[in-house]
Amino acid sequence: MKAHLSRRYLFSASHRLHNDAMSAEENRATYGKCNNPHGHGHNYVLEVTVSGPVDERTGMVCNLVDLDQFVEREVLERFDHQNLNTLPGFAGTVPTTENLCEQIYDILQRGFGYAHLEKVRLEETLMNSFEYAGGVELRK
Amino acid sequence: MVYLTRKAEFSASHYYHNPEFTPDENKRIFGKCNNPNGHGHNYALEVTVKGEVDQRSGFVVDLKQLKEIMNKEVLDALDHRFLNKEVPEFSRQIPTTENIAIAIWHRLEPKLRTAKLHRVRVYETPDLFVDFYGEA
Repeated sequence: MKAHLSRRYLFSASHRLHNDAMSAEENRATYGKCNNPHGHGHNYVLEVTVSGPVDERTGMVCNLVDLDQFVEREVLERFDHQNLNTLPGFAGTVPTTENLCEQIYDILQRGFGYAHLEKVRLEETLMNSFEYAGGVELRK
Repeated sequence: MVYLTRKAEFSASHYYHNPEFTPDENKRIFGKCNNPNGHGHNYALEVTVKGEVDQRSGFVVDLKQLKEIMNKEVLDALDHRFLNKEVPEFSRQIPTTENIAIAIWHRLEPKLRTAKLHRVRVYETPDLFVDFYGEA
């Protein structure tokens, strides 16, 4: 029987929203306070949802230890306490939470083999959250 | 179609153990959760039902009835229990969050008359939850 399992993780990072292809004025108009040249930070909440049949022998969709270790090694170590703008993944990409959400989805999609990745949800603040499921519609 | 979600909480203890595994396998696969004396959680339950809004009542479901069904079928059986020892489903199955969500679905689904069960969500901790949408 198929179930969905979701796990939440915390990391903190800074970023500045700025696109070199735009004029200074355009950047300010588009990104507002987020365009502050010195950057600013967030406590991000990452919610990873995987799915699969519940293994009859273990009662699990996948072992949480495997998911935790993968996310710790491949996601949190990469992004936690970093300035996102300085990371190779954002060399030509504005580190909006939309783009960060897609990058984290891709990392999990490529590397995590123990269950099917359903979606990645990323909370930037208590008021803003973003979800990405590889381009498909989300199940309500 | 409108979706309605009702929350509830229950506290219970459990442990993870498969008698078909060796002690070493049980320890390796289930880690701390394999302690035979059990450990506990404050579980949070979210039950989502769906249906058309009744023109006369304006309801998808009578919340009082839904609450009573949840109390009778789920909370009375699970709250303040040792799941492995006191809940029949878990004499054969390991009471993981996955299996708890599935068991709750099967307890609720046949009892709901007007609205249709859409999702059972069980939080073991605020950072870990399972969704079950039925067998389809």
